[in-house]
Amino acid sequence: MLTIKDLQVRIENKQILKGLDLAVNAGEVHAIMGPNGSGKSTLASVLAGRDGYDVTAGAVEYDGRDLFELSPEDRARQGIFLAFQYPVEIPGVNNIYLLKAALNAIRAHQGQPPLDAVEFLQVVRQKMQLVNMDESLLNRSVNEGFSGGEKKRNEIFQMAVLEPRLAILDETDSGLDIDALKTVAEGVNTLRNESRAIVLVTHYQRLLNYIVPDYVHVLSDGKIIRSGDRSLAVELEEKGYDWVRQGAKAA
Amino acid sequence: MTDETAKVEELVHKEYEHGFVTDIDTDTVAPGLNEDVIALISAKKEEPEWLLEWRLDAFRHWTRMAEPAWAHVHYPPIDFQAISYYSAPKAKTDGPKSLDEVDPKLLETYEKLGIPLHEQKMLAGVAVDAVFDSVSVATTFKEKLADAGVIFCSFSEAVQNHPYLVRAYLGSVVPASDNYYAALNSAVFTDGSFCFIPKNTRCPMELSTYFRINAANTGQFERTLIVAEESSYVSYLEGCTAPMRDENQLHAAVVELVALDNAEIKYSTVQNWYPGDENGVGGIYNFVTKRGDCRGSGSRISWTQVETGSAITWKYPSCILRGDNSSGEFYSVAVTNNYQQADTGTKMIHLGRNTRSTIISKGISAGKAQNAYRGLVKISKNADNARNYTQCDSLLMGDTCGAHTFPYIETGNAGAIVEHEATTSKISDDQLFYCRQRGIDEEDAVNMIVNGFCKDVFKELPMEFAVEAQKLLNITLEGAVG
Amino acid sequence: MSEAAVSHYLAEYDRFRDVLAASWPAQRRADALEYLKTHGFPTRRAEQWKYTDVSPITRRKFTLGKSPGAHIDDAPVEKLRFSRLNCHELVFMNGSFCAELSRNLRLPSGATVCALQSNGNAELLERYFGNEEIGHAFTALNTAFLNDGVLVHVPDGMEIPAPIHIIYLGGREDETQPSSMSHPRNLIALGRQASASIIETYAGIPGSEYFTNSHTSIQAQAGARLDYYKVQQESRRAYHIGRTRISQQADSRVDCHALSLGGKLARWDIDAELVEPGAEINLNGLYLTSDRQHVDNHTLVEHKQPHTTSNEHYRGIMNGRSRAVFNGKVIVHEQAQKTEAHQSNANLLLSADAEVDTKPELEIYADDVKCSHGATVGRLDENMLFYLRSRALDEDTARSLLTYAFADEVIRDIRFPEIRERLEHSIAGELPDTDLIKEFMQ
Repeated sequence: MLTIKDLQVRIENKQILKGLDLAVNAGEVHAIMGPNGSGKSTLASVLAGRDGYDVTAGAVEYDGRDLFELSPEDRARQGIFLAFQYPVEIPGVNNIYLLKAALNAIRAHQGQPPLDAVEFLQVVRQKMQLVNMDESLLNRSVNEGFSGGEKKRNEIFQMAVLEPRLAILDETDSGLDIDALKTVAEGVNTLRNESRAIVLVTHYQRLLNYIVPDYVHVLSDGKIIRSGDRSLAVELEEKGYDWVRQGAKAA
Repeated sequence: MTDETAKVEELVHKEYEHGFVTDIDTDTVAPGLNEDVIALISAKKEEPEWLLEWRLDAFRHWTRMAEPAWAHVHYPPIDFQAISYYSAPKAKTDGPKSLDEVDPKLLETYEKLGIPLHEQKMLAGVAVDAVFDSVSVATTFKEKLADAGVIFCSFSEAVQNHPYLVRAYLGSVVPASDNYYAALNSAVFTDGSFCFIPKNTRCPMELSTYFRINAANTGQFERTLIVAEESSYVSYLEGCTAPMRDENQLHAAVVELVALDNAEIKYSTVQNWYPGDENGVGGIYNFVTKRGDCRGSGSRISWTQVETGSAITWKYPSCILRGDNSSGEFYSVAVTNNYQQADTGTKMIHLGRNTRSTIISKGISAGKAQNAYRGLVKISKNADNARNYTQCDSLLMGDTCGAHTFPYIETGNAGAIVEHEATTSKISDDQLFYCRQRGIDEEDAVNMIVNGFCKDVFKELPMEFAVEAQKLLNITLEGAVG
Repeated sequence: MSEAAVSHYLAEYDRFRDVLAASWPAQRRADALEYLKTHGFPTRRAEQWKYTDVSPITRRKFTLGKSPGAHIDDAPVEKLRFSRLNCHELVFMNGSFCAELSRNLRLPSGATVCALQSNGNAELLERYFGNEEIGHAFTALNTAFLNDGVLVHVPDGMEIPAPIHIIYLGGREDETQPSSMSHPRNLIALGRQASASIIETYAGIPGSEYFTNSHTSIQAQAGARLDYYKVQQESRRAYHIGRTRISQQADSRVDCHALSLGGKLARWDIDAELVEPGAEINLNGLYLTSDRQHVDNHTLVEHKQPHTTSNEHYRGIMNGRSRAVFNGKVIVHEQAQKTEAHQSNANLLLSADAEVDTKPELEIYADDVKCSHGATVGRLDENMLFYLRSRALDEDTARSLLTYAFADEVIRDIRFPEIRERLEHSIAGELPDTDLIKEFMQ
């Protein structure tokens, strides 16, 4: 579904990603772990199409197409969803209207008719339970005045409604207490299926106790220096990032 | 009234002596200002013809200009014809003979600042003899600077030795007709500093008037010009952290900075002129025009000022961001106590593309003082992608002072982002209580909080300056609490 | 220029003095003319007029409009009414009251809402508005030419549940007539614990050139509560100068919503004074400009006594070659300890040729205060745009949505849904691409 080859990215004059390779297939859950500054969030942003990143080399294919030719909204319409690390507050824009517009834009892309208000609300009600979302948040402005946990929940809720094919969760666990973390993880687990791929970007392996990945990759200094299964994350937790880095140097 | 203020009063109120007598032997020209006086100043300084013409032109402008009245300050009218416009550098014997003759309050302040005895003497204007080897200090510096190709000398020397440079840049940032006080300065300035940093040179040390003692007594109409050529860097420190003995009531200095491509000039000022006594008698009127021209692309000028002295401060160190990608910064702490009045701030004029400016202003007002921030951020039509961030905070101590904020924001480019924030409050009772609960007495707590309030500015100062600026702040605010 | 204009208005006054409302004291007219003679019209040299040149107004020889004749075209008025809102509605054309178009003027007994012309209650006028200073050339002009307007008086303890809507319609249908001027004066007095909602709408015949010079004085006594709306949607060729003066006593509260949408050159001053403890004012303003419009908003809030509060929130969106000016000044006087004053002004420039000049000012003479102001000028937030696009909205929709949301912030808390919706509709009509975001505006 997603193939990243030798991806090199700069921000202003700083090289952040220095040749990253990754392949993700439908049905898989990948965890990308790494210390602060290793380039995790850059990877997530570049995949979603944020401005200000200079791709200097490499290629990303999504469903056989060049991802970089697509605008952010086209990527979203073709099934890429980014759960933001810091979801922005948008005063004056109603949360539920945004979601409806988003869902109908995606449906239009898929050649489906728009949902009317009643149908839409049915979908919303059903998905809200998934993440234990407080109904009062629906009619507020997007993320405005939401607590950290509420923002993250809102992201997962949107993901549940939009049903992406490739979901990228950027540090979704950061700033969550243990109960919120469990709820969010349950939400994500419910969305795991054969046709959907999930990429978890995280600093700690805590989240991986609740969302068990198929593959774990360690990102350090702009490259994936090690890949493995779930046990790699556990080992990392015990020994720290320095251990992998040294291992990588020795190798 | 202290002796010092008495002198100031006397000087300002000296009866106007009609007629102009050319007496080459006296070092002080009779009060009054006309073209003859200017010709005399220029002649005494053996200036070239063009400079005399420049002065006269400035004078003619000045006579047609009106004294500005828009600032938030009040003072009795100044009689410009009652001021003497030329005083040769004082002979050492003119000052007090020893520290015993100096105002004890001044000495007390030196004490608190921990200034060594020989420096105290120097600051107080006591004739300094060979014990304090200022000459050798200066010589060491000169050699080091000369090796680097840096020119650093008095303005008068520069006129004699580097006339082409002076002529090329003088008035190119602050034109002689710029404003009332700048015009006056241009007509009658007597001396100041000149500094030239050649291409690709990083000035090997921080330059300071402190090390050029002869420039410290240039009096009321000082003129400073700093030119940084392509890819050069200089940090310049002006003024002195201790109160200066000075007889002149009116100060109208002009400072011009020119930064060419990728050059950087950091200009720091700690201004602690005599503020007048606790009843508002005496004190310096500090009416200064400071402006930097980021002429080259990628150039950078930053102004840092700590203003604790003067009875009245009228001063807006500004940046003209002409070069693309150039940036200007203004960091200011202005403290007023007793009857001091300050109207200070900056102007950031964005002309080039991708220009950036940052303004951090901290005003502290105590006693019966009035403290105003006045600033202009102008984004001109062609300044695509310009950015400004301004933060202006005022702290009030006591219920008889005032704090004011007058920002002008003029934006004519849709790609610009300008942000201005300002707050005014007194020291928070919660903060104060927290400190006191931890065993800190009130005065120390206030000092801690005030210093914290000013931290964003102090951190821009060179280390030693920052420490002294903090002490100075505490001294200025002494007695303001409670 | 100014002298010629002053002579013109003096001559106009002589021509019309006999037909002007008799209930307004002649002495006040005379004082006003004297003020005008002495001070003339302001120039850009005056700090208060630094960014606004009024010579397009003083250059034109506006003359007093005729009273509406027998034939009144009510179509433009119908568009301005709040059809679904029960309200008391007074309609003026070129400054003269139109009884035929006004409706529902029955109020609870004891309350007064009427056209100034028809009110002989000189005592009431004198009591509340007898000693207003002039201090402003256009106030002088209004005072001299005062002919009609609205008097609202709500006695102690009374609540007027239905909003009072005042519509001023300007302009001429016949372009051969000289451009007209009108000087409406509104006097609003709320007694102790009284409450009311008042909407002033200024509009005109599209494409028509005229000059409206309005003046509203508001007195809120202890505990009074006023919701005040002013919607300026004059014709794009009209000149509008307005001034609203508010004086508030103890624990009174005024919520003001100020919308500047129309006019070729418009200037509006709000001067508020909080003269007793506990008074609170909330000022919400929005200005939208395009083409070659020039819109200037000045506000002045004076905290004169302790425990007074002001919150000010103005926003502007500039398009085309338009220019907007905002000047918000807060003065906290020496006695006014425990004042809270917060002000913010945010601006969005949509076009390369638009310009905004903003000047938020704080002048503070008391120490135990919490005051702040902020001003921003910028473009749409890149993070918000990206967020919306990553949620599948196309770029134009996302831009339009964020622009509209930026404006809507100012009015979203208006408590009458009918008023809010009408205003939202007016705003949407002034902004680009709002057809893309209809579903967000339900």
